[in-house]
Amino acid sequence: MKKLLLTTALAALATSAQAEVKVGMITTLSGGGAGLGLDVRDGFRLALAQAGRDDIELVVEDDQQKPDIAVQVADKMIQSERVDVMTGIIFSNLAMAVIPSAVNQGVVYLSPNAGPSQLAGRGCHPNYFNVAWQNDNLHEAAGAYANSAGYANSFIMAPNYPAGQDALTGYKRMYEGELAGEIYTQLGQTDYAAEIAQIRASGADSVFFFLPGGMGISFLKQYADSGVDIPVVGPAFSFDQGILQAVGEAALGVVNTAQWSKDIDIPVNTAFVESFTAEYGRLPSLYASQGFDTANLLISALDKADPSDNDAFRAALREADFDSTRGEFRFGPNQHPIQSIYAREVIQEGDVFTNRIIGVALEDHADAYAAECQMP
Amino acid sequence: MSTILVIEQVLNGLQSGVMLFLMAAGLTLIFGVMGLINLAHGSLYMVGAFAAAAVAGATGSFLLALLAALAAAAAAGVLVETLVIRRLYAADHLDQVLATFALILIFSEGTRLIFGSFPLYLDIPDWLSGPVTLPGGIEYPLYRLALIGAGLAVALALWLLIERTRIGIQIRAGENDREMIAALGVDISRLYTLVFALGAALAGLAGALVGAIQSVQVGMGEPVLILAFVTIVIGGIGSIKGAFVGAILVGLTQTLGSVFLPVLFRVFMDPSAAMSLGASLANMAVYILMSLVLIFRPTGLMGARA
Repeated sequence: MKKLLLTTALAALATSAQAEVKVGMITTLSGGGAGLGLDVRDGFRLALAQAGRDDIELVVEDDQQKPDIAVQVADKMIQSERVDVMTGIIFSNLAMAVIPSAVNQGVVYLSPNAGPSQLAGRGCHPNYFNVAWQNDNLHEAAGAYANSAGYANSFIMAPNYPAGQDALTGYKRMYEGELAGEIYTQLGQTDYAAEIAQIRASGADSVFFFLPGGMGISFLKQYADSGVDIPVVGPAFSFDQGILQAVGEAALGVVNTAQWSKDIDIPVNTAFVESFTAEYGRLPSLYASQGFDTANLLISALDKADPSDNDAFRAALREADFDSTRGEFRFGPNQHPIQSIYAREVIQEGDVFTNRIIGVALEDHADAYAAECQMP
Repeated sequence: MSTILVIEQVLNGLQSGVMLFLMAAGLTLIFGVMGLINLAHGSLYMVGAFAAAAVAGATGSFLLALLAALAAAAAAGVLVETLVIRRLYAADHLDQVLATFALILIFSEGTRLIFGSFPLYLDIPDWLSGPVTLPGGIEYPLYRLALIGAGLAVALALWLLIERTRIGIQIRAGENDREMIAALGVDISRLYTLVFALGAALAGLAGALVGAIQSVQVGMGEPVLILAFVTIVIGGIGSIKGAFVGAILVGLTQTLGSVFLPVLFRVFMDPSAAMSLGASLANMAVYILMSLVLIFRPTGLMGARA
């Protein structure tokens, strides 16, 4: 009997010493945006598997791209499953519904994609880290690229919702030329004939658009077929690996801006591209690289501190002491990335459409809201 | 604002109108003949697009892809009608809405299981790609002209079918009095399956035709479904002619509204406020149109019965 008690006690000690860390991932795995969530999840899992970290328990749940579902899942993860760290949300409206309340309940949140301006400025929080970008960043880079390409009369276009308005604001923040036209389309719009006719009539020398997912596929196919040949610039969201195959030749030669590309020539990225392709049978996207980086950031911090020691854990995260697939990576005062953003061009490699870096659009770029952030 | 731009936008409105008609025609037929609200009509549109993308990918032929879309959507329609819908004719509309909503989820996740989460590739065939120059110097994509032609041809064929054939007589009789034509010896359950398959095939054709210039992805049918419902309410539920008039009206309102409302507001507002107000109002334009029609013609433009 004594012996049994002793073993039980030892076993209990052993489990507590192993310090299981529970990570809750809420991401979009069904509906039109599922491809993004899938890539983030797979990138994240790949990093955990490569590090051999079976002390990190990952719980994945689908938010169906609906804010109410995301909030429900978050409550369950925080209150009944008691996760230490959360991550995974793709869309900014869901992020705004979940993150402020989660970080106030003491959970550390690492954003692998959404970067709404509210959380970068006044709403910044010591428990909130963004590992991807602030929403405006890639659009700002597109504006900077337009200047360097000598464009002076842009036609700009985005869907009429908060991230769309941020996109046009971001482009205009850096772009120095005139505007030939500025239009808001409907969110989820699938036919762009009316907009293309306006572009044709506007006399623009360049077109900037932010139309994520299916909207971008529709626009690019219709634009290519319309015979209008004004050069197009956009953020990487309409040109990521997941949707380029659906756009096909219509995307060839289009310049887009991203903080990551499959051809960034550093060992960690080459290894990531190779191992992701081998594991999942498809090329990694921007989103996959963000999931991968998020997991590696988490692992680097766990090596130094335990999440139960909140201050030490956050300090370890702030150091960003990991090898990012995009090269140089560090956090600004609002815990958002300071990083370079590249201009990429869509090319064809055999049967596959993909991107190639043609230059740096913004070097060591921080977001515009950092000054408004006052960490307690 | 040049005349050329206006004409081009009218063509765009017409094109989106005739494609909407393909969806609305099936919806209104099914409602008219069987009294069924079919929310899963958008899923049949998606089935058509995915079947077309799969066959075009395998064979490279756009015409084969269109045939596959027709066949796959009709087959899905027959399957759904015999397995699920048939049990719902006697049920009230709320049960029908619930069951067909469940079908949307089943179709969406089923499609994802088969084709994965990433959008598929379906492109315009070479012989229909690129712009053509119309009289007056208007450059317009050939494929969109072909869509207008195809839509009008289907509308004409449908009119002939309903007005000039024996099946058409049965369909019209079914709309008026279900019990009576059953009593007269028409196999009503076969007629229902046929009408459902016809509606499904039209939706599938629309999905394939439109899929070539849009994104073939899970959930692509739902936005169109909402517009198709607005269309049949405007046109008068159950009326094919009404669906045609409604679809053209909705197509034109939507296209012209999104282009000209912001321009209109710019006359008396500053440009950025005019743009965002104009865009928001353009979103609402078809619903405002629907409300107006309902105020003055509660049964829709061509609706016969109260």
